[in-house]
Parts: sequence; structure tokens; C-alpha cells
Amino acid sequence: MIPELGEFALILALGFSFILAVIPLYGAATLNTLWMDYAKPLARAQFTFLLISFICLGYAFANDDFSVQYVANHSNSQLPIEFKLSAIWGGHEGSLLLWAFILSGWTLAVSLFSRGLPLDMLARVLGVMGIIATGFISFLLWTSSPFLRYLPRFPADGADLNPLLQDFGLIVHPPMLYMGYVGFSVAFAFAIAALLSGRLDAAWARWSRPWTNVAWAFLGAGITLGSWWAYYELGWGGWWFWDPVENASLMPWLVGTALIHSLAVTEKRGVFKSWTLLLAIFAFSLSLLGTFLVRSGVLTSVHAFASDPERGFFILVLLLLTIGGSLTLYAFKAPNVKSESSFGWLSREMLLLINNVFLVVMAITVLLGTLYPLLIDALGSGKISVGPPYFNALFVPIMSLLALSMGISGAARWRQTSVAGLKKQLFVPAIISLVVGIIFPFIYGDGFNFRVFLGITVSTWVIATTAKEFKDKFRNANSITAKLSQLTPSYYGMMLAHVGVAVVAIGITLVSTYSEERDMRMAPGDKIELADYQFEFKGAKKVKGANFTADEGTIEVTLEGEPVVTLYPQKRHYTVKRSMMTEASIDAGLFRDLYLAMGEPLGDDGAWAIRVHYKPYVRWLWLGGLFMALGGILTVFDKRYRKKSTGEVAHA
Amino acid sequence: MLRFFILVLLSITSAYAAIDTYEFKDKDKELRFHELSADMRCPKCQNQNLADSNAAIATDLKQKIYLMLEADKSDTEIVDYMVARYGDFVLYEPRFNAQNAVLWLGPGVLLLLGLIVVIWLTRSRNNKNAENTEQVPELDAKQAKALQQLLNKDKKS
Amino acid sequence: MPRLLLFIPLALFISLSFFLWKGLSIDPRELPSALIDKPFPEFQVAALLQSERILSKADFIGKPVLVNVWATWCPSCRQEHEQLLRIAQDNKINIIGLNYKDERAAATNWLQQLGNPYAFNIYDEAGMLGLDLGVYGAPETYLLDAQGVVRHRHVGVVTAQTWVELQDMIQKLGVNQ
Repeated sequence: MIPELGEFALILALGFSFILAVIPLYGAATLNTLWMDYAKPLARAQFTFLLISFICLGYAFANDDFSVQYVANHSNSQLPIEFKLSAIWGGHEGSLLLWAFILSGWTLAVSLFSRGLPLDMLARVLGVMGIIATGFISFLLWTSSPFLRYLPRFPADGADLNPLLQDFGLIVHPPMLYMGYVGFSVAFAFAIAALLSGRLDAAWARWSRPWTNVAWAFLGAGITLGSWWAYYELGWGGWWFWDPVENASLMPWLVGTALIHSLAVTEKRGVFKSWTLLLAIFAFSLSLLGTFLVRSGVLTSVHAFASDPERGFFILVLLLLTIGGSLTLYAFKAPNVKSESSFGWLSREMLLLINNVFLVVMAITVLLGTLYPLLIDALGSGKISVGPPYFNALFVPIMSLLALSMGISGAARWRQTSVAGLKKQLFVPAIISLVVGIIFPFIYGDGFNFRVFLGITVSTWVIATTAKEFKDKFRNANSITAKLSQLTPSYYGMMLAHVGVAVVAIGITLVSTYSEERDMRMAPGDKIELADYQFEFKGAKKVKGANFTADEGTIEVTLEGEPVVTLYPQKRHYTVKRSMMTEASIDAGLFRDLYLAMGEPLGDDGAWAIRVHYKPYVRWLWLGGLFMALGGILTVFDKRYRKKSTGEVAHA
Repeated sequence: MLRFFILVLLSITSAYAAIDTYEFKDKDKELRFHELSADMRCPKCQNQNLADSNAAIATDLKQKIYLMLEADKSDTEIVDYMVARYGDFVLYEPRFNAQNAVLWLGPGVLLLLGLIVVIWLTRSRNNKNAENTEQVPELDAKQAKALQQLLNKDKKS
Repeated sequence: MPRLLLFIPLALFISLSFFLWKGLSIDPRELPSALIDKPFPEFQVAALLQSERILSKADFIGKPVLVNVWATWCPSCRQEHEQLLRIAQDNKINIIGLNYKDERAAATNWLQQLGNPYAFNIYDEAGMLGLDLGVYGAPETYLLDAQGVVRHRHVGVVTAQTWVELQDMIQKLGVNQ
């Protein structure tokens, strides 16, 4: 009964989305206030029924209703409750329902927090989001309903959730990621609304910014969580593999980063409007493209949902309508955009534009590498693979150039800045960065290393220039505390996020250069040494978990005779799926991780294949990601988003 | 459909780390082994390199790499050996040839193009603005005096 | 900004969509053999049933032949076995078995119980011949022409449909000779 209610609620939600897609937009075009007023209640109704649908699916999982196909395929009576509920988004159909539900959540949020927005703008924004929702809910109902039943005969118990997914990571990573993916639809909707209305002054940038910043922050947090999860879950200590699905999340994030900066310039200076509109469309298009890549079966990935090309075709049609439609609208309406000020060729505007170019080229590089095998195959030229060696070779240099440029942009003034002025500002940070960069590999490693020099110099440069800019704010201040409280949350957010970039860069540089790893055969009593630590294998014993049995090893770690930690890696056998999984044991630290995993039992003397990793500064990767996400969230606490403002802009 | 299902099942069971305990006397060879097995793709898996995969074919290929390294073969020889049998698919670093030129050179070209376009657009924009300002007519003597009076009034207040 | 340039993003997207659409009909996991139009690798491996007999390429060169990679641990091989028996009965082409990474006793038992469609079986215990051939999993079936050059590889179960396609290819081989 409940699953049918869920399906019915979905149908009602589709109805409301469709009306939301049509009525308010028509009302905005004809300036019919009554029809535009429907937008808010429609958004509420859409949300309510998607919530009901979502709860019904959760209910089916919580009550082990294995007559529902989706529940039977992804759950089991022995599964712990938190995973039963997270299994809602553990497969294609349910995660799509999550997508639609989160979209309705954002739509509701926009309808609630838009007091300063003119009615026709709000109607258009909600209308566009309604169009997207209509597409996705149709896709759900037509090809991917999570409420299909196995009747009359249904399995007594479920097929269990993939052991890799039975983890805390599943509870947080997909929702965060989807909040980001879907959140970019708000920026998209604002851009489309601006193009439709012809009102292309910089006000839409001001309205758009907080929504875009939050979506960007969520996406960044989602990516960070994904990397962290893969690290401790997969057992090989990797944290990024340039897998198509990972790339699908990185691309909108890169374009999103360009977008949040472009929006800032459009709001403050009234320039780049056309470019910002294009970026908003581009970012969400990449979100949609990601959805296509992951669910159509077009690319191979460990992450991909087992989907078929029929569903892929439906999504492709959705893509053509949404992206094709918005790009056509852009091509026709963008010429009406006029800039409101001008800027010299050496100015903050110019530098931010150059940074945008870097970010977009990075995104296109990732896109090119991800799709190239498909392109070559479609042209009939055989099968090739594009993997980490390619991406690392191209991504790292451009990233370094971007980081260099970041420092310069911070010191540049709006409109016009002088080379001499820049030199004066940046001289000290440059010297500091070079010195630290050169010395570091000698102190930390065993001699000069170009990669470390580059990474550390560039990261220090970002931190030093940010610090200098911050310090300069106090030059004319009477009191430090007064100035501190005068600086806006936006500014603090920006600083935190930029420092986050440096922290990630340091993490990546150090962990890829100074990691050490050994795969060894160890019998009980054997000792090995890695990176000054001693590891002694004490043997393995059998343990039992909720829905698995495991061989658990005991390894004592000492540093110069002093005990550091005892680690317990496991080799798990999940009873239902009859599959095996490595559960690594990690001693986490701010400056290094010790990572142990068990392979196969070797021989009768209780020996095992053991992998020992020393991973320096790996946590900095995720710490930096966290900084960036927090920085993004911080910016929306700016008072100016809470005041009703006329949206004045600097004029040339 | 069934075959697909079996493939999916088989790949799910490869959910554990592949830990091979090859003993290398030469540290350099051990490093090369790690690099080669990381840069080559398992022909059967869902996008995994040889290092992380525990599929039978991946284990066999790693074994072969180990043997070839011990036999003092060069990296190029090992890579060529694998490609001759499994095609370019097995390389994660695509070869630099005419087919892949766009892949390797595209981003660089795009970057240069992007920067050039940005600079050119800004220059042409500034030139247009400069033209506009040049059209502002000069003040004649009477207007100049009036302006001066206004400015002086401003200074006093 | 010149109006036409604004249509570039749209144009790029449409071309991308075309490739994505084409991609929907391609199986990204299907790997074509790297040995197509190249000679079958040389080998010296013992036969399965007569362990003293050493087989080599010379044993099947002369006319087109199917080489079927199979093993007792492979469930799909069990599935296609009946079809292979039917092909053997048709007598249009010989099937050579490549027993891949298997145990001699188990494989011999299997053939005795289920029937033997193979002219003879190469006992590739370590899988080294398989490696030279570019095998990445059982079952796989190769079509060789009379000179021992690999012309086609079929990955997965050989069905009646597969046999129809193979017969077409065998005919074309005959015409070219």
C-alpha cells in the first residue's frame, strides 16, 4: 500500500511541477500577477508530494518490504538500520528520487527566501526549476520508478547492499553531492530568468550569488567526502582516480568556481554579464551531463549505476531540451546585455577573467579526457583509455598557473592597477614563497625535488598574498578589533576558501611525493620498517559483525621504541552477497596517516599478505576541501543579502 | 542481460584490495613495477588499474610484468608487449599520435586561444570606449568660465 | 560580441550530443582483439587428453578453424557447451579447445560427462598462451583463417545467433581463397 502511495505522490508531484513549469512563466510573459502568484504555492505542493514519496520509500526500506523490487535488490533484513535508510540512494532509481526531492527542496527554499525579488523574476526562476523537475520526475515515472513490485512472488529476503556501500560515507556523500549538483540549477534558473525577462542589469547577480555560493560549497564538500571515503574504504590508499564519475563531479565544481567569481565581478562592477550567464548555464549543464554519464552506461566506471542505454536516451533528450534550449536562448538574448563600466587591461577584472579562463580550460580538459575514448570509439577508431597519467600531466601545470594568478589578482585594484604597484605589493610574498619552496624539500625530504618546490612555492604564494592583502586592510585602521568586525563574512569566507586551495595543494604535493608503501608477506611475529616506523604483525583471528564474518589482524606500531598505536585491519566476508571486502585500519594524524590493509592468507603458518602505507599530509587534502566549503557558506551571512537593496553598481 | 548481470556480480566481488607480495631485490625495479602496474588498465574490470585489481587477468599481467622486469626488460618493451596483446585500451596514458593529438594539445591550444580572446576583447572594448569619450566636445570660453564659477562656489562651501 | 560567435556554445553542444547518442549503442566494456588480422601466436603446449603429445600451430593450419577458450570454473562455458556440440555436429568447421588455467582431471571429467566438441584441446595450464592471445576471460571464441590469421573474436557465450554470424564470416573466408 505504502509503495503505491509513494508512486501516486510522485504522479501528483509531476502534475504540480508541470503546472509550475507553465503557469508562472506564462504569467511573467503576460505580466499577469495572479498567475505569477501561483509559483510559491506550487513550489510548496511539489515539495510536499516529493517528501511524501521519499518517506514512502524510506518506510518500505525500514520495514523490509521485499515485495518492492528496489528494496529487494538493495537491502537485507540483517542490514543495520542506518544503511537500510541510506540504501534509498544506493541505486539508480532511489538516487534519482533523491535528486528530484532535493530539487524540490531548493525550489521551496528559493520561494521562501526571496523577499527582495520582484514577482516576475521569482515566477520565472521557479518556473524554470519547475521545468527541470518535470523532466526528472517524468524520467522517474517512465523508466526508473523505485516503487515497482515483485508480485505475486517476492523474495523472502533482500540481496543486500553492496558491502562497499555499507559505510558512513554512503550516509553523507551522495546527499551532499546532490545538494551541489542540484543547487546549480538555481544559478541556472536565475540566468534563464534574466535572459527571458530581458532585465540584464547586475541585480540578478546579487540575487544569484548566495544560492550559487552555497551550492558550490555543498558540491565541494561532497567531492571532499567522496575522496575521503574512497581512501579508507577501497583498501588501496588512493584518494582520486580520475574515474569518469569522479570527473563528472569535478567539472561542474571547476566551472562553479569560475561562476562564483564571475558573479562577484558582475555584481560589483556590472561587467562580464554575458560571460557569467554562459557560465551559469555551463555549470548546470555539466551537472546534467554528469547525470547522463553515470546512468546511461556510456562510460565504464566502478561508480556507475548498472543502467541501460534506454534510460540513457531519455536523459539525452532531457539534456538536448534543457541545455540546447538554454544555449539557444542565450545566443539570441545575450547581445542585449550591456556592460555598466569599463576596465583597463591590467586590472582586477582582467585578472579574474584570466583566472576564469584557467578554470574553464581545466574543466574542458577533464571533459576532453573523460569523453575522448567515447569519441574515438564512436568514430570507429578502436578503444583507448585515458587515465591518471594524462589528467595529472595536464591538470597540474594549469592549476599551478591559476594559483600564481590568484595571488596577483588579490593585489590588483579594480579598474586599473599599475605594474609598479603590483611589484611593490607582491615582492615580499614572492621572496617568501621562493625561499620556503626551495628549503622545504631539503628539510622535509632528502634533497631538492622540483615537484615539491613547485607545489610548496605556489601554495605559500597563495597564503602569503592572502595574508598580505589582509594585513594591508589594517594600514589605515584606528583599531584592530573595529576593523576585524568591519570586514564582512564574505571577505573572511574568501580568505578561508583561498587558504583552503593552498592547503589542498600542499596535501597533494606532499602525499604524492613522499608516500611510502610496502606489500609484504608477514607471519605472526614478523616485523617491517617503513618511514621510521616499525610494524609488528601479531597474527589474525576470526571476528563476527552484524552481517559479516572477518579475519582481523593485529599490528603493533612503534616509533623509535615508543608504542604509537595498535591497528586492526579486517578481511570481511559478507554472508548474503558472498563477497569479500578489505577494511583498512588507519592511524590518522594531521601530518601523516599510517594505513594498513590485509590481502590474502598465505601458507599454513598464519602468514598474510599485508600492505603498509605511510601517507604524509593526506588529511590536508580534505581539510583544504572543508575550508573551501566553509568559506563558501560563510559568504551568505553577509548583511547585504539580508537588507533590501536597490542593487546599485559602479558606473564608468 | 544475464551475461551483464554476471559481469556485474563478478565485479562486485572484486571489492577487495589486491595485495601482491613480489619480492624485488632491486629497489629501482620495485618502483618501476608499481608505476607500470598503476599506469596499465585491467582489460576486464570496470576501470581499474592493474595495481588495484584482483581479477585473474590482472594478477596474470602483474606476474608477467614482474617476470619481464626480472629479465631486465625495459619499460618500453614491457608496454609494447602488453599493447601487442591487448591493444591501446590497456594504457592509461594515451600514446601521442595523430589520433590523440587533439587530446594532448587541445587544452594548451585552448588556453592560449582563451587568453588571446580575452585580451583582444578587452582592448577592442577599451578602444570603443576611448572613441566614445573623444566625441565629447571641448568647452568654449563662455562655458569654461561658467564651469570655473561653479567649481569655485563648490570650494567655498 | 559578434552575434554569430554566441552560437558557438550551442553548436559545440549539438556535436557533443551526437557523439553521446552514438555512444549509447556502443558497449564500452567490449574489447576488440588486438590480434585481428595478425597471426595466431606460436606455441608448444601439451594436449589435454593425451598429455605426452605436444601441440603447435602446425596442428591446425590448413583450413579455417575456431579456437574456443574455456574452463571448468567458467559458468558461461557450461552454457555454451551444447551450442558447441551442435557446431561440431554440423561438421562445417573444426573447433580447437584452449583449456585455460584449468585442472587436467576436472577438464577431462567435464568433457567425458558433457561430450567433446573439440578436435583436440590445448592444455594452457598457466594461461601463457592465453596471455599471448590477449584473452581476458572465458569464454572467448576466435575464428582463424586457413593461414592461421585471427579474423574475429567473440567474447562471451556462443549462441545460435553467434553461429549464424560465424558461418557468414567463414563463407567470406572461403570466397577470398
